[in-house]
Amino acid sequence: MICTVFLLMLCITGLPLIFHDEIDRLSGETTQFGMPGIGSSSNAPGLLPLDDMMARALAARPGEVPLFMAFDNAQPSMTITTGPRPDAPGSQMTIQLFDRSTGKALGQEADGEGVMHFLLQLHTDMFLGLPGMLFLGAMGVLFTVALTSGVVLYAPFMRRLVFGTLRTSRSLRLKWLDYHNLLGIVALAWMTVVGITGVINTLEDPINKLWRSRELAAMTREYAGKGALPPARYGSLDKAMAEARKALPGNNPQFIGFPGGRFSSSHHYAVFFQGDTPLTERLLTPALIDAETGTFTAARAMPWYNKSLSLSRPLHFGDYGGLPLKILWAILDLFTILILVTGLYLWIGKRRASPAAHVREVETGGVVAPAG
Amino acid sequence: MSTRPPKRQGLGSIFAVPLVISVLSSLALVAALTGDGWRDVISWAGLAAPVMAVGWAMRVRRS
Repeated sequence: MICTVFLLMLCITGLPLIFHDEIDRLSGETTQFGMPGIGSSSNAPGLLPLDDMMARALAARPGEVPLFMAFDNAQPSMTITTGPRPDAPGSQMTIQLFDRSTGKALGQEADGEGVMHFLLQLHTDMFLGLPGMLFLGAMGVLFTVALTSGVVLYAPFMRRLVFGTLRTSRSLRLKWLDYHNLLGIVALAWMTVVGITGVINTLEDPINKLWRSRELAAMTREYAGKGALPPARYGSLDKAMAEARKALPGNNPQFIGFPGGRFSSSHHYAVFFQGDTPLTERLLTPALIDAETGTFTAARAMPWYNKSLSLSRPLHFGDYGGLPLKILWAILDLFTILILVTGLYLWIGKRRASPAAHVREVETGGVVAPAG
Repeated sequence: MSTRPPKRQGLGSIFAVPLVISVLSSLALVAALTGDGWRDVISWAGLAAPVMAVGWAMRVRRS
């Protein structure tokens, strides 16, 4: 039952995170773009060359090397991440935001600041890194076990009751018991999906490592013996992007991973393309381009484990169907909080009753409460 | 409708409504993933089912 406490923490920190975008937008001023509505991921005329954008980013961070370049489908905004070394950890990275239609810098994304960031960190790993993440993943597994046992108990409990029964005037315990059962059974599908996708999200690091060691290694086999490509010899990004687009025509890039980073080999620009339909938009296909010569090396769709990770993110955070979906997400999250609180109350209330008394309570639909 | 059925119910009648709600909300979760526009509206309707069921029970089935 300790796990209830952690699950409550997850539900409560998760609540504001649902409205992450809206809260961020409220606190920041709205930006005026040079070409509003043109995605920076497209190759529309008028968008500045990628090499030009990279030069601006590096001019602002002298001595640093490029790590990531990420694009937007809805606006010409884009981010460029730099750091002191190609394999710099997240804490040393600087993310700059640009308007690709004007070349203007829109600001720096300060990493590791703000309430929302604090909540996200607490929600993801409780500031404990990978062990914290896997621990919360284990809590998620226990959550699905608890859901299953709840469904198993629901059947004998409801045998003499109709769906939706709420006996609020007899005893406090009976009232909370009925609420616990009703909320639990109606939110069951949603809780199962959010629970399981949450567990998959905690496996992000192992999944990405697996992709690197299996898929990426196989795609860049002929480069295995070569040393890392020094940043001074990185070639044109625009040429690389043109080659990548030729290999995967009709698709737009989501981001570029630079050599030596977590998402590329030590010798390639990895251009991650989105699928061309809304369903496949989240399923990425990397095209590896030799960063020195700009020639195409390989492209291969992500394996099933990365695909399930990509689909788990929206299904966990609920940020994929507009504001009404987020509001429903928040209500169901509140339901889950109530289920956890009532569950805790019911458990604490009759902890010392005999197992037989508990069985009687379930079988009579709560009419016979166990004697404390 | 009374809050107490005359006799013991089978699994089918116990889980009939919960099953419908679960199917609706699962379809809702997938619908918004497959695209925008009307698919989003379907997902709002489907995921509203569990919330409305609770509202209905609080009005009709409270005793």
